[in-house]
Amino acid sequence: MNIVIVGHVDHGKSTVIGRLLADTNALPSGKLESVKERCKRESKEFEYAFLLDALHDEQDQGITIDSARCFFKSAKRDYIIIDAPGHIEFLKNMISGAARAEAALLVIDAKEGIQENSKRHAYMLSMLGIDQVAVVVNKMDLVDYSKEVFEKIKSDYTDFLKDIGIEARTFIPVSALKGDNIVSERGELGWFSGGNVLEVLDSFSKEKEDEEKPFRMPVQGVYKFTSKGDSRRIIAGRVESGKVKVGDKVIFLPSHKKSEISSIESFNTGEKKEAFAGECTGVTLKEQVYVNRGDVMCVEDEKLPFVSTLLKANIFWMGKAPMSMEKKYKLKLGTKDIPVKLKEINSVLDASNLESSKRETIERHEVAECLLECQNEIAYDLSKDIESTGRFVIVDDYNIAGGGIVSDTIEDEQAKVREQVFLRDERWYESGVDFRERALRYGQRPKTILITGPSGVDKKKIARSLERLLFERGRKVYYLVIGNLLRGLDADIGKENREEHIRRMGEVAHILMEAGLMVVQTASDLSAEELRSLQTIVDKRDIFVVDVGGNLNDGIVDLSISGEDSVEVNVMKIMDMLKFKNVMFDY
Amino acid sequence: MDRLDALEAQSVYIFREAFANFKNLVMLWSIGKDSTVLLWLARKAFFGHVPFPLVHVDTGFKIPEMIRYRDEMALKWGLNMVVGQNKEALGEKKTFPDGKINRIECCKLLKTQALRNTLSGEWTRYRMDHNKRKYVEDSNKEPYTGVIVGVRSDEEGSRSKERYFSPRDKENEWDIAGQPPELWNQFNTDFKPGTHIRIHPLLDWTELDIWRYIERENIPTVSLYYDQGEGKRYRSLGCYPCTSPVESTAKNVREIIVELESGKFKNIAERSGREQDKEDGGGLEILRRDGYM
Ligand SMILES: Nc1nc2c(ncn2[C@@H]2O[C@H](COP(=O)(O)OP(=O)(O)O)[C@@H](O)[C@H]2O)c(=O)[nH]1
Repeated sequence: MNIVIVGHVDHGKSTVIGRLLADTNALPSGKLESVKERCKRESKEFEYAFLLDALHDEQDQGITIDSARCFFKSAKRDYIIIDAPGHIEFLKNMISGAARAEAALLVIDAKEGIQENSKRHAYMLSMLGIDQVAVVVNKMDLVDYSKEVFEKIKSDYTDFLKDIGIEARTFIPVSALKGDNIVSERGELGWFSGGNVLEVLDSFSKEKEDEEKPFRMPVQGVYKFTSKGDSRRIIAGRVESGKVKVGDKVIFLPSHKKSEISSIESFNTGEKKEAFAGECTGVTLKEQVYVNRGDVMCVEDEKLPFVSTLLKANIFWMGKAPMSMEKKYKLKLGTKDIPVKLKEINSVLDASNLESSKRETIERHEVAECLLECQNEIAYDLSKDIESTGRFVIVDDYNIAGGGIVSDTIEDEQAKVREQVFLRDERWYESGVDFRERALRYGQRPKTILITGPSGVDKKKIARSLERLLFERGRKVYYLVIGNLLRGLDADIGKENREEHIRRMGEVAHILMEAGLMVVQTASDLSAEELRSLQTIVDKRDIFVVDVGGNLNDGIVDLSISGEDSVEVNVMKIMDMLKFKNVMFDY
Repeated sequence: MDRLDALEAQSVYIFREAFANFKNLVMLWSIGKDSTVLLWLARKAFFGHVPFPLVHVDTGFKIPEMIRYRDEMALKWGLNMVVGQNKEALGEKKTFPDGKINRIECCKLLKTQALRNTLSGEWTRYRMDHNKRKYVEDSNKEPYTGVIVGVRSDEEGSRSKERYFSPRDKENEWDIAGQPPELWNQFNTDFKPGTHIRIHPLLDWTELDIWRYIERENIPTVSLYYDQGEGKRYRSLGCYPCTSPVESTAKNVREIIVELESGKFKNIAERSGREQDKEDGGGLEILRRDGYM
């Protein structure tokens, strides 16, 4: 079992660990003696912390730099104890250390009482969802083993912990220095009737199994090792929750592509028919569908993740630069990486006093409740339902600078379109001619090339030349002019209903692509919002956005060209893009 | 899930994340038991395949049996095996066995420097040609920027501060305090150009886990680990002038496990047979900062 130990600096974490290691005989033989010997030689008082400080650096600075791991065992089980530093500068390291923990010991100095970090660390534990917490009231020898002092700390701290949603399992009075109440000796703490530290650790339960929850497998990769004579197409990932078996109908989110599990793959094991939470596995599918790294594989008739570009979250920020609404960040959730923006800050909490304030940025070591907007839709869960797909990190430039848990689902503007597309695809009557057969026959992948930009520039000319050139080169292509829809397909809706016009244009393009064609379209002044709707309707992998002299540079654009350049030059640039994207098989 | 299953799953997960995020990825294979388990885990992760090259630095002083085993496995498992060496130092006999320099200096030249220059592509690399069944000069000179290494955190103090994904700057220096956190299995995979990444899928394994896994999976290992009837075996493999066998009569994997669990090695550090660790208290630490693994 992994446990983390936290607390204000100098309250005695290292000493508690040293005692645990020494008293459970977990130290290499002679280690304790040799460190004691060295202290004597250098005429320093022996400290248990020295045992743990193996690095030169660390002893120079006199603080624990980073989360280190120690191993010990009780009669009941093995433990890994993660020593998280108390120094505020290294809080981010504590968080990463705590991240792998199932339970926590919070150390408080009986004499100094509750300090800033006693609160801050407790808050972080609650953010990380570690709810098995025991409070170790240390240095009882300095307060004459007073029951009163102990009870006072217990009642003050209990109140605080309750405010932040943590219920300490127990409070344990100890003297780590003397070894009282850590593993065996009770010393002068005879008045205390609860368990010692080791007994309390043994009473913690292992994290509850994720196996009963809905199935989630974030896709790590789609592997084909054809060059090595292996024809399997394997969708690989770790089962984060639930289970899956051969024959299960699965759905990939956010794309909503569906298929069925044909086999469970593994190396050097017997044949497998099922995969369970915690396993890194791989599956092959009956129907080959588009799957990408970052998609979440789910089982069709179970509760599915929410899909949206928006999510509400609690974020704690560790970056040197504050998190601001202007800057673009990267969000990593499951195996998905996606550009993200901080859209709103509802409140910022100071972790030490839990006071909240309204603000424009999130400073280092603050916790904020906020709204995030991703560049495209992602699939996520509430962290209270499924942890692994309900929490994420934020990358600022090159570093993980924040972590967050999803507290609420938020619908975005595409929710309606997405729902309608979902229903459409759900009931879609598959053509008797497979899309691959069609693609092979026509020598091309059906794609939409959407040429957009400000109303001044001549997009139509580019579109016409592109259509002509593609046609001359034997491609099946059609330039779909939105104006032609107005008095026909769109005759029943008013001119001002732009949203619906765009939706219909998307649906027509979708049908033309279904027929195997390449579609060229033009549209003026499309907003990012409208582009996203189109991407939802035709699937964003099937639409290439070409921006002519505009400023739609939102990561949404596949190609930006200048309105100043000649039509020929621009058409060639588009052709190059199509070549680069492998749209035409023999080009 | 038992402990070995959980360790295996985590290592496999790390392998796949590394593969998804780094283009110029390699794995170091020292032929020892740890990196052989690492290699096995790579085959687990990629369903029997190893989709990146393996790099071995040949100091010229490796126990010959290690080299034989390396090439045998490379051919059998179809590995993309790449070998590098400090030809200059060996040519000038600037080595500890030749009596010209001390052990630490020797490690620096034959391992650290050779490794650095093999990874960067500045020195010649030799690649196993599976048709010719021998090594040929490798035409690929591109630097490898993601390096998978089989260190374990129980080996010695300095390694217990490692991350699964640990950045080194251009000089291969290791910035301990500046390591980005690894929250919830989200590893740092974004780096400034020029940064090299060390990836450590075995960080959570102990020596005992390694042997138990070798037993469970039936992984072939070099026979040097086992007593051949002389009451001696190697516990950790290196160059023959600096590695001595330990006294032990363990003849197979099972007997090694029993020995580790209850026998005389229970509380003795694994690298106790490695001389360079003893030269000065922080010798390994110094080598390590310098890029030695
Ligand atoms: N009197 C007394 N001193 C203690 C006790 N536990 C730790 N200390 C001392 O408190 C100081 C800080 O302890 P340390 O374990 O290094 O704290 P950390 O910073 O939380 O790891 C050291 O000088 C210890 O000797 C205790 O139970 N009683």
